[in-house]
This record gives sequence, structure tokens and C-alpha cells, in this order.
Amino acid sequence: MFDYETLKLIWWLLVGVLLLGFAVMDGHDMGMGALLPFVAKTDSERRVLINSVAPHWDGNQVWFITAGGAIFAAWPLVYATAFSGLYFALMAVLWAMFLRPVGFDYRSKVADPRWRSAWDWGIFVGSAVPALLFGVAFGNVLQGVPFHYEDDMRSVYTGTFWALLNPFALLVGVLSLSMIIFHGANYLIVRTEGVLQTRARRASLIFGALMLLLFALCGVLVAGMHGYTLLSAPEAGAMQSPLDKVVAMQSGAWLGNFHKLPLLWIFPALGFFGALAGMAFAAKLKGVLAFVASSVAMLGVIFTAGVAMFPFVLPSSEMPNHSLTLWDCVSSERTLEVMLWVALVMTPIVVAYTGWAYRLMRGKITTAHIEANDHSVY
Amino acid sequence: MIDPAAVDLARLQFAVTALYHFLFVPLTLGLSFILTIMETVYVKTGNTIYRDMTKFWGKLFGINFALGVTTGLTLEFQFGTNWSYYSHYVGDIFGAPLAIEGLLAFFLESTFVGLFFFGWDRLSKMGHLTVTYLVAIGSNLSAVLILIANGWMQNPVGAAFNPVTMRMELSSFSELVFNPAAQIEFVHTVSSGYVTSAIFVLGISSWYLLKGRDLPFARRSFRIAAAFGLASALSVVVLGDEAGFALDEHQQTKLAAMEGMWQTEAAPAGFVLFGIPDESARSNHAEVKIPYMLGLIATRSTDKVLPGIDQLEITIKQRIESGALAVSALGRMRKDKNDAEANSLFAAHQADLGYGLLLKKYTDDVAQATPEMVAHAVADAIPPVAPLFWSFRLMVLLGFAFIALFTVAFWASLKNNFERKTWLLRWSLWFIPLPWLATQLGWIVAEVGRQPWTVYGVLPTHLSVSSLSANEVVLSLAGFFIFYTLLLIAELYLMFKYARLGPSSLGTGGYHFEKEARHV
Ligand code: HDD
Ligand code: HEM
Ligand code: HEM
Repeated sequence: MFDYETLKLIWWLLVGVLLLGFAVMDGHDMGMGALLPFVAKTDSERRVLINSVAPHWDGNQVWFITAGGAIFAAWPLVYATAFSGLYFALMAVLWAMFLRPVGFDYRSKVADPRWRSAWDWGIFVGSAVPALLFGVAFGNVLQGVPFHYEDDMRSVYTGTFWALLNPFALLVGVLSLSMIIFHGANYLIVRTEGVLQTRARRASLIFGALMLLLFALCGVLVAGMHGYTLLSAPEAGAMQSPLDKVVAMQSGAWLGNFHKLPLLWIFPALGFFGALAGMAFAAKLKGVLAFVASSVAMLGVIFTAGVAMFPFVLPSSEMPNHSLTLWDCVSSERTLEVMLWVALVMTPIVVAYTGWAYRLMRGKITTAHIEANDHSVY
Repeated sequence: MIDPAAVDLARLQFAVTALYHFLFVPLTLGLSFILTIMETVYVKTGNTIYRDMTKFWGKLFGINFALGVTTGLTLEFQFGTNWSYYSHYVGDIFGAPLAIEGLLAFFLESTFVGLFFFGWDRLSKMGHLTVTYLVAIGSNLSAVLILIANGWMQNPVGAAFNPVTMRMELSSFSELVFNPAAQIEFVHTVSSGYVTSAIFVLGISSWYLLKGRDLPFARRSFRIAAAFGLASALSVVVLGDEAGFALDEHQQTKLAAMEGMWQTEAAPAGFVLFGIPDESARSNHAEVKIPYMLGLIATRSTDKVLPGIDQLEITIKQRIESGALAVSALGRMRKDKNDAEANSLFAAHQADLGYGLLLKKYTDDVAQATPEMVAHAVADAIPPVAPLFWSFRLMVLLGFAFIALFTVAFWASLKNNFERKTWLLRWSLWFIPLPWLATQLGWIVAEVGRQPWTVYGVLPTHLSVSSLSANEVVLSLAGFFIFYTLLLIAELYLMFKYARLGPSSLGTGGYHFEKEARHV
């Protein structure tokens, strides 16, 4: 059906779509979690926030799981190299994320205020820390990660955990966190009313503005930093090993694709436009539109990073020739093809029943509703 | 060379996190089906007590489910974090079922579980019942897919090595999906989940009966659990026997170790009912044997010989020597693709490549391996006998004990006299932890028995790890230990709290503690 080269390209796009799906779906409940202790003060208010995602957080989290599984299946070398290299960063993400399912489900099962407050902070950590660290990881990938391969393709990471927390990466981390909080606040505008909605609106405006500012700042920094360019490599459609190419590091190289194909500026433009529109809609309490706008903003930000690096997906700062590109980090043709069919059939079905579930559970959550259904809601 | 301490720690971490995940999996698998049974009766009869049963057992299901999800997250990423060479070497095959599991099963299960808990008021009766079915189907589908992945590690079919990319690649997706090893694992594993949840419901209901609380509720739960449990317990044992049969074809080393077959016997071999395996003497002390039985179970014939450890070692030695040639030919091919001699040597010995890799534990240059190194590698290739022997026997014993319990319980529920049999109720209560023991033992048999391989005959465990230092793994292991301990305490606390409260926790006003409160 498709040749190997096209399959590789499609999978690059699909990984992007999965990351976007994760940001849009899990992003809004993480944003809610990061706002939980601040937007909601009383126990009933907190329960309103939690119940706004109660039927959905688990399904949303599967975007994260599926993104992990899909990277394993389609880009096994990225899965192997990035996750073992960024070991403690990923451990921190996992440990923080442990607190979410348990926090959501266990918090309201015991009335003791200390128990509840402990889990509220657990939900906060489980939401804010991963959002921050995903950005930190992206920041490091943009700069290149220190790793190389041995003869038998065993990957060796030569950096330290602390080096991951460099200023640029932390900046991208805060960008990611504010983007997620902005998105979560827009969701809360849809699902709450009264004082909660007013506070969510304020959060949306603050974090939307912060996101705009940081996105611009990161753009300036990326323009000036060392990017990577491919000097020579096997044919894109060939079966290849990542060790067969020549790569150079050059200042400003991450802007190369934008110069070659000015149409790509649409992605950063969508990032800015989406954020501005999201703030404007939030200001008018048009929650659904604000939510759509912040989703567009995230699309813009994620794909800006993706196309800037194209065709690189995991550059190596230690041994640039060992960098991974979408041409050489991939699975075999057969696996990509089988997985493509599965994805093409299943993704629309998943999106359809998820949409149905949200429709079924739509409407404002109120403190009165929570207090009347003490035993059946979280 | 790879630090052996780092390998052992990575194994320990995997074992701890996987076994821990499997504390919660069985209940999700089985309880979801018990919920569908209860709710179906509710929809058919309209009797609200069945709705309350669905809701109450659903609450306990939810407490368990949260930790199932939490601990599954770790496993999804652990192949990359701790088994990075494995992920590269077989990701082309192994990644696919994992990704499909997310798309096909987890989305289904997780989206509808939310509606199961929160959709009662917004769905019609039939609508809610459908949702419950979808949760059960989703969780069982996830078992299919993960066991296709695990089954491939036990019996790697439909894949071939590619020297350019230095990894195994998929050659047949249908062979991967229809792997007989995976199918047998699947039916045995899900039935073990059904048994676990049946005993869980049976035991807790018995406790209410003993306390004389909420009798109509407890009686009905007891009956459903007894019937469901008897069917499941029978299928666990019948299908476990299937698993033993399959081992003769796929993993003779596992079978030989599990059975303590030090020497090859004339067919059909006897089954060691009891014995004390002694690794150094290479024999079992105090052996009690049932003649012919093992041969019949494992080969389904009276004349096929089952190779014992002595005979397996001879074949393994030949394969290691042949594999060493494949490894060094591969090394030469990577330096010069057009080395014709190396190419033909590799083609001739490729089938034993994995066995050659066993030598990498002792030397980087496999071509220079000494006879002592080969002898060590041969010894490694037999999994540890005593733990397998004991785990297997205890699992089987428990399997028959469950059948006995459920037979009595089912009979008593037909006769409708179980409430008076306090001994039966007490036994049911005390049986609650045992299926967890059996499932953990089952995984130990399956996984320890696969050693020294992560992918049987293809990739040795000690090569599969990431390039992490032992200290790094100690640190993460400590992290898991702390988090998992705290989470388990919270889970057990809630589980006991709600099991004690019983249906009174639903807030309908009609159950024991609520009535009591009104009387005061
Ligand atoms: C026989 C069944 C079985 C086996 C062998 C495994 N799992 Fe599991 N898993 C389930 C059966 C299951 C389940 C029944 O579907 C769970 C348990 C509780 C739950 O919530 O779903 C689940 C949950 C679960 C989740 C959370 C899904 C969600 O958010 O809904 C993940 C990411 C994994 N598992 C991943 C794994 C991996 C990577 C495994 C292999 C090492 C693994 N599981 C072994
Ligand atoms: C829920 C499913 C699984 C369970 C319950 C399970 C259980 C276990 C157990 C008990 C061990 C310890 C064996 C030992 O230390 O000797 C182990 C080890 C291991 N398992 Fe599994 N396993 C599961 C699935 C998998 C899968 C899908 C993989 C795929 C990579 C895998 C790979 C390993 C590896 C690499 C080890 C370490 C080597 C070892 O020490 O055995 N397991 N597992
Ligand atoms: C007569 C009874 C039983 C027999 C003959 C039996 C047989 C087996 C065998 C041979 C294996 C290893 C399969 C492999 O390595 O591929 C196994 C694994 C396992 N057993 Fe059993 N078993 C019995 C009872 C039970 C019971 C009662 C439970 C739990 C309630 C249980 C749970 C498991 C689990 C979870 C596994 C690991 C998954 C798998 O490999 O299927 N078994 N069993």
C-alpha cells in the first residue's frame, strides 16, 4: 500500500498526533489537578473540581500509555534510548503519576480532612510534576542528549540527571506547565459556575499570558542555539542503521526548515494565535471555544518543535552521527504497516466513544449536586 | 562488560513491580465479570438488591482498579527504562501488542469504567449494563494482548534476525497473534483471575453470613460466587494441564526443571508427587513418584521420551558452540558487509545465535571462549530447579483445594443449607488470600522457568538490560519500594473499611448499619 519511506513519514506524524492527543486529553485533567489546591478552597469546591474529570481521567491517561506503547512499536530505538537515558526523569514522572489514580479514587472515601488534604496535594504533584518534566525532556531533546551506541547497538547515556535541569530545559518545562494549566483552566470554565468559574477565568488569563511569553522567549533562544543538520545519510526509504550517517552541529540549524519551507511558520503562528484566542474566549467565559483554542495552541507548540527538528527525533550531543532520525529509529516495514492499519481503524473509534462519554456526562458540576450525592460521586 | 549486580537488581525490580501489578490484575479480570452477572440479573428481574450488589462489589472493584492502573503505568515504561537493549532487540515485535493493547483494550476499559461508576443516573438500564459488559470485555482484551507479548517471549515465533539493524524483526504478524503459547497462557491466566474474584466475593459474603448481617444480600452474592467459582476453578486446572502439555513443545528446560527430571527416563515418565531437589547431587531426595503420569500429561502419548536435564545439556552445549560461530561471523559482517565467508558461516549457524550470546556473560570475544566458559553457559541454561519444583507443586495443590472448596460451596448453595454450615463459611473466609498466592507462584513458574532468557532461545537476560549502574537501580528500586508500600497500606485500609461496612456504604438507607443507626 505505502512504501517504507511514506510509512516512516506517516509514523512521524502519528507520534505527533498521539502527543497532541495526550496534551489535549490528559492535559486538561492535569491542568485541573495543578490548579486544585488554589482554585478550590473548601472541601465541596475541591470535590467539584475532581468530579469534573471523575468519569474521564482514566480514559485520558490512556493517551499517555498508548503514546508510550506506540513509540515502543514504531520507534523502538527512541523508546530504548530516551527512557533509559533520561532514567530518573522518567521515574519522577511515574512516581508522581502514581498519586493521580489513587488520589482521585481514594480521596473522598474517607472523611478525615487530613486524609483529603494529603490526597489533594498528591493530585497536585501528580499533575504539575509530569507536566513540568515533559517540557524539560523536550528542552533537552532540542539541545541534544549525550548518548552513543556501541558496536552491537547497545545505547550508552553519558550525561547526569542534574544536567537535564539546565536553564533552557527548565524554561521549556515552565512553558509546558503553563500551557497545561491554561488548558485545564479553560476546561474548568466549561464545567463550573460561580466563584469557581471566576477563579478559573483568572487562572486562564494568567497562564495563557505566561505561555505566550515563554513560547516567544524559547523561540528566540532556539533560533540562536546549536541545532543539527544531516550532511549525508542512506536513502530515506532504505532499511538503515543509525550509525550510517554524518551529522553536523550548527548554530541556528533548527530554523533551517522554516527557511526552506516558509509555510511551516504556520505552526508557531497557531501557537500564538491559539493562546490569544483562548484568553479572549476565557475572558468572556466562552469555555468551549477557549478549550478549542488552547488545544490549537498546543498543536502549534508541539509541531513547532517537531518541524524545527525534522528529520531528527533524538539528536545526540555527544556523538552527533549517532543521532536518531525518523528514517533510522523506526521499526521494520511490516510492523509499521500493521500498526498503521490498527491505528487507522481504532483511533476514530476511540475518539467517537470518548466524545460520546463526554457528551453523556456534560453539564455544570455544582456544590449542591456534590453534597446531595455524597455516596455516589468522588 | 555488563555489571552482573546491575542485572540482578534490574531483575529484582522487574519481578517486584510485575508481581505487584499482578496483585491487582486478577480481581479486575474476574470481578468485572461477576459485576456483569449481577447487573444482568438486576436488569432481567428488576430486583433492586441486585443493583445494590453491583454497586457495592463495584466499589471494591474500584478500590482495586485504581492500583491496577497505577502499577500498570510502571510496567508500560519499564522495558525502556531498565531493559533498553531488549527494547531495541525485539521492539519491532514486542512493541506491537503493547501498543495495540492501549488502543484496543485500555481505552475501552478505562473510558467505560468511568461511566460504570458515574453513569447510573444518565444511562438507561440496558445502557448501563452495556457499559459494564464493555469494562469486562476491555479488561479481558488487555489480558489477551499482554499475554501475546509475554507468550512471544516464551515461544518466539514469526520473527527473524536482521544483521543490518542488529535486531529481531517481525516476519509474520498472524503467527505472533496466534502463538499457541500465548493462547494457553491467556486462558489459564484469566481463569485464575476469575477464581481469585470468586473466592473474594465468596469469602466476604460468608463473613456477613457469619455475622448475621444483610443476609439477603450476602446469600445472593454467595450463590453467584459459588457457581462462577466452580466453573473457573475447573477451567484453571484443566487449562493448567494444557500449559504443561505446551511446555513439552516450547520450553523443555522449564519442564525438566519444574519436574526435577535430572535424568531422562524411559517413556512414559513418572510424575514426582513429592521430593526434595538437590542441585549439587543432581537428584531428588525422598522421592514419591506416580508412574507414567508425567509422560501422559506432557506428551499425551505413551512412547514419546521426555528429555531430562542430562540430555538437554548435551544439546545445549552443541547449540552454544554453533552459536559462538554465528556471533563471531556477525562481528566480521559488521566490519565488512561483503565478507562472503562470514556471511555463509552466519547463515549456517544463525539459528543458534541466541545460544552463542549466552557466552557474552563470560567474555566479550565469544570466539575465544574456553571450555570452562562453555560449561558455565550450559549450566546457566537450566533454570533453578528447587524454586520451580516447589512453586509448581504448591500452585497445583491450591488448584485442587479451590475445586474442593467450590464444589462444597456450590453443592450447599443448591441445597440451600450453606448458612448453617459455619465451617464452610469460615473456610471460605480464610481462603481469601490463597488465590493471590497461587497466581504469584504461577508467574514465578512461568518467568523463573524462562531463565536465563528474556526471549527464549533468542536473547539472554543478562544482555537485555540498560546501561545503568547498580547504584542507579538501587535508588529506583528503593523509590518503588517506598511508594508501593504506602499505596498498599492505603488500599488495604480502604478495602477492609468498605468490606466491613458492606452495602451500608451505598447510602441507600436500607442496610445493616443504617438501620441500626435509626434504631438508636
Ligand atoms: C493477565 C492480565 C495482565 C497482565 C499479564 C498484565 N496486565 Fe496490565 N492490566 C491488566 C491486565 C494485565 C488489567 C486487568 O487490564 C488492568 C489491571 C487493573 C486495571 O486497571 O487494568 C491492567 C492495567 C494496566 C495499565 C493501566 C491501564 C489503564 O490506565 O487503564 C497498564 C499501562 C498496564 N496494565 C501495562 C501492563 C504491562 C506493560 C504488562 C506486562 C509487563 C502488564 N500490564 C501485565
Ligand atoms: C504481568 C505479567 C508478568 C509477570 C507477572 C511477570 C513476572 C515476573 C517474575 C515473577 C519475574 C522474576 C523472575 C526472576 O527474578 O527470576 C520476572 C522477571 C522478568 N520478566 Fe516477567 N512477568 C510478566 C511479564 C513480563 C513481560 C511482558 C516481560 C517483557 C519484557 C517480562 C520480562 C521479564 C524480565 C526481563 C525479567 C527479569 C529477568 C528475570 O530475572 O527473570 N515479564 N517477571
Ligand atoms: C492443577 C492445577 C494447575 C496446573 C497444572 C497449572 C499449570 C501451570 C503451568 C504449567 C504454568 C506455566 C506456564 C508457562 O510457563 O508457560 C502455569 C502458570 C501460571 N499459573 Fe498455573 N496451574 C495450575 C493451577 C493454577 C491456579 C489454581 C492458579 C491461580 C488461581 C494458577 C495461576 C497461574 C498463573 C497466573 C500463571 C502464569 C501465567 C501463565 O504462564 O499462564 N495456576 N500454571
